[in-house]
Formats: sequence, C-alpha cells, structure tokens
Amino acid sequence: MSAGALPFEPAKATPTRRRKLALPGALIAGLLILAFSLTLAFFPSLFAPFDPLKFDYKAILKPPSLAHPFGTDNFGRDMLSRTIHAYTLDMQIAFFATIVPMLAGTAIGTIVGYYGGLLETLFGRLVDGVITFPFIVLVIAIVAVLGPGLANMYVAIGLVGWVFYARLVAGEMKVQKRLDYADAGRVMGYGDMRIAFRHLLPNAVSPALVYWMTDMALCILLGTSLGYLGLGAQPPAAEWGVLIAGGKNFFTTAWWISIFPGIAIVLTGLGFSLLGNGLAELMKVKR
Amino acid sequence: MSTLLSVSGLTTRLLTPAGLLAAVEDVDFTLDERDSLGLVGESGSGKSVTMRSLLRLLPQRAEVEGSVRWRGRELVGLPENALRALRGREIAMIFQEPMSALNPVLRIGLQIEESLKVHTDLDRAGRRARAVELLALTGIPTPERRLDDFPHQFSGGMRQRAMIAIALAASPALLLADEPTTALDVTIQDQILHLLARLRREMGMAMILVTHDLAVVAESCERVAVMYAGRIVERGTVRQVFAAPRHPYTLGLLRSVPDGDRPRQKLRSIEGTPPGLGNRTRGCAFQPRCGFATAQCATDRPPLADIAPGHAAACWQAGRLTDLSREAA
Repeated sequence: MSAGALPFEPAKATPTRRRKLALPGALIAGLLILAFSLTLAFFPSLFAPFDPLKFDYKAILKPPSLAHPFGTDNFGRDMLSRTIHAYTLDMQIAFFATIVPMLAGTAIGTIVGYYGGLLETLFGRLVDGVITFPFIVLVIAIVAVLGPGLANMYVAIGLVGWVFYARLVAGEMKVQKRLDYADAGRVMGYGDMRIAFRHLLPNAVSPALVYWMTDMALCILLGTSLGYLGLGAQPPAAEWGVLIAGGKNFFTTAWWISIFPGIAIVLTGLGFSLLGNGLAELMKVKR
Repeated sequence: MSTLLSVSGLTTRLLTPAGLLAAVEDVDFTLDERDSLGLVGESGSGKSVTMRSLLRLLPQRAEVEGSVRWRGRELVGLPENALRALRGREIAMIFQEPMSALNPVLRIGLQIEESLKVHTDLDRAGRRARAVELLALTGIPTPERRLDDFPHQFSGGMRQRAMIAIALAASPALLLADEPTTALDVTIQDQILHLLARLRREMGMAMILVTHDLAVVAESCERVAVMYAGRIVERGTVRQVFAAPRHPYTLGLLRSVPDGDRPRQKLRSIEGTPPGLGNRTRGCAFQPRCGFATAQCATDRPPLADIAPGHAAACWQAGRLTDLSREAA
C-alpha cells in the first residue's frame, strides 16, 4: 500500500526524539580556547620555532621581531618557544593538581552526604577549619613544610582542594537522597554504595564538574604564583610563573619577557572559566 | 492456599517534633499467595506507613513493634542486610509518583537492567533481552527502541509502566502498590489497574494496593482493609465490606461515593476531620465524628472483632449498623 492511499500522513517510523540542544556561546568559546591550549600543550615542538632551553648569546634581550615574535630573554632564549613549551607544564598543573582532589572530594562528599549524621557534623567542622584560611596561604604553608617543587605542590593542593568538591557534592547528595527514586532503589534491595554512587551521584555531580573547570583556572593561577615565588616549578623549566619571575628584573627595559607568558595565563584561565559557565548553563537547560 | 504474609500487632512510632508518636497501631492482617488486599483510608490514616513498615523503609528514627511474618519468617528485628535480600526480590514496591521514583539521569533500560543485575544472574545480553521483555509485558510499544529513552521522554502512564517493569524484574511474590494510579488521569488509571490485575494473574503475585479510592479497590482487589487514625477499623472481602459495612467510617466512605446503580441521592460527607497523631483518645478514634457513638465509645476502644467468617469490624455498634445500611440500600 502506498502512503498516498492513506487519509492521513503516517507517522515517520523513527521520529527524531533526541532534540538538538543549542550550545551556549560561552561553552563554544571555552572549548575553542581549551582546544588551542591542549594542542600547544601536547605538541609544543611543532609550533615552537626554537629550543626553549637553548641559550643564544648573540640575541640577548632582543625586542619582538620577525625572528623572535615574543622577543628573547637575558640568556637569548626565544620567548615564543618558552611560552609555548610552558603550555605543556601549566596544562599538566591544571589537570594533575585538580584531578585527585576532584575524584577524592567527590567520593568523600558522596559518602558524607548519603550517610549524614555524625559523619556530616565532623565533616562540617573540618570544612569550617579549612575555609577559615585563604586557600593560597594554606597551600604555601604546606609547600613550605614539604619543600618547593612540583610534586610537593600537587600534594599541597590535593590536601586542601578536595574539601570544596566534597562540600558541593555532599550538599547535593543530601537533597537527592530524600527523593523518591532513592527510596525506590532501597525498595529494590540495592546496597547503599550502589544507590549512592550509581544512582544518586550522577544527579549530584554537575556542580562539582562545573567547579572543576573553575578550579583548573584557579590552579593555573596558583601554580604560576608558586612558580613565580620559587615554590612550584623550578627554573630553567618553561613555566609561565617562572618566566614572569625571570623577566621581573628587566621589566622596565625588556617588558616582553613577562608580558607574553602573562597573556597566556589570562587566556587559559579565561578559557576554563568560559567552559565552566557554559557547562553550568547547559546543565541548567537539561534540568 | 498458604499464608504468605501475616502481620499482627504492628505498631510503628515515628519521631516527630512532639516526640515518638504512633502512626500505625496494632494492625493485624494476613495475605495468602496470589491474594490481593486493598488498604483504604484518608491521608494520614497510616496506610503508607503500614506498607513501609513491612520492609522497614522508614525514616531512621522510627520504631516498629509487633510481628511481620513473611513465609513464616519474622521480619521485625531482622538485620538490615537480611531484609535487603528480601526487598525487590520477594517483595517489590511501586510508588505514587512515577516521575520522581525513576532516576532522571539514567536511561529506562539501564534502570531495569540494574534491578536484573542485583536480583538475577543473567549476563549483560540476557539482561538487555529481559528488559525488552519486561517493557513489552507492561505494554510499552516498540520496547527495544524505548530502552534508551530517559524518563522525561515517557508519558505519565508509560513511566508507571516502566516502574512496574523494574519492580517485576525479580518476579517478586508480593507487590506493594502505594497509590500507583493517584498521579495519573482517569483513563490511564484504568489501564494501569488492568495491567496490574493481568500481571498478578500471569505471574502468580500477591498484591497490597494502598489507595484512598474505593472504586479502585472494588475493581482490583479481593479483600479490603479500611484504616482510620492508624488502625484497621474494618476488614473483609470486598463483597462483604461494600455490601454490608459494619463500621460507621466505612459506611460514611461508601455513602460519599456516587453509585450509578441507585437512584440519585445527595452524597453525604463525613463531618469533621481525623485526629492528628498527637491527640488520639482512649476510646474509639472515630467516636467524635460518629453518628452511632454511645458513652462506651468515648472510654473503651472497640477491638477488631469477627462478625462473619472473614469479616471483622472494630465497632461497639456493629450490630446496629447492619440494619441501618440495609435501610439505606
């Protein structure tokens, strides 16, 4: 039978049920900046014209030119190459300094929020204790005890950072565990861990994911600050904070040494923030 | 038929700002295999708490006393993990709000498979196939295509069907249905009730249906228990209770529902409101609203006593009531 013989248009066999979401502009901008940053981070040698560590005594403190678009530093190292190579290290900092606190904090927050009671009270005191101190002061204090260096910086950030994720997730879990579907899981005889992690957590995790993006931006700032202060990455490694510190003595005569790594920090931080905002918007739409 | 569930002296106290208060008191009933019991009452009469007490799905600060025997095994005082082994596998439950009882971020298929994963030893492919079967069984068209949908892509009736599919995954012997049709519109209500009746027949399940809708009980249950202020005030077969109610509250409920078979008459409401948890009296809780009350009703609580085989009522005036209801009819 042909469709024309029917008195009405038959419904299409496969209706497009999944409708396309309009992606927020902030998300797209954030993703583009992040893609740019990640490309440079993974393949710095493809883009950097020079070896970032190679001294060139014939080109010391040269202002930006065609040969050296970002100029050179007091050892004649090409600043464009150093800034590009710093992407590798700084993106690593953004990822590694946040991934452990994010996972640990989310897991702890899930358990704290799900069980509540005394556990929650103790956790609340701990959070109060931690947030009394400015984040950066605590981290610097821990690094000062452990000694400078990247590894110790990760440890210091990890020791403090998980608290913020745990607090976000615990708050959401407290809401989720009172909803009917949590009860439905209990009725079905599911275990506590299955209910908490598999059923409730997917509903509670989005604020933590959004915060993760912000946290990466914060950790780049923190990592570069520590690098600048000599507590994080150590010279001669190419890291934005280290680069800016290297240029600070020449700032009045050779401004380009510090300016370009600074712009890279701002751009990358902006990218993560835009991504976080975009994600927040997207998840709000989804709800 | 053998007894599946036998509840006696069930009392559940919940912690409220005013202290521990009994939401359910001294509830007795039994349920045979393949039996169906309707638990009827107003909001706050304790019917949902009764059901939740069976599986101990109560707020943390709640006390359950009395005896709940499941296939001869005492459930009150059973450790949590032993009880968990029973939940879903032997006794399953469906809820009033199918939207909120389904996880909003997990696909329907995954939620059914989750139940199969916990309660059966099917492998991944087997679970997937069974999930399709369960959805088909509950009357969802093109189930294999619907598995990957999220709950918000389902209509209200379909969500309740999916909820039923999840509950039936482990082929339980008893289904507790807590107002399963209240949130649905009338035509869908009817479909879901028929579905439940058919599944009960096909799977040999017993069911306890909690509702405030007498018509729903009449349509889908064999026996009925009427609850008022935390107690069962009358129980019997649907035929017995609906034809000759022996408790003034049941009579009042029946009179407040229109009946197409009788000449039109004014619907009568029951004056007053049920007592709150905090101020339940020594005597019969219904006494202040009751047209049959005597001095005895205010001081002594009537026990739930047999009137005919299988028919019991908790009323001192049960004898007078028979005659009156015959007059009214």
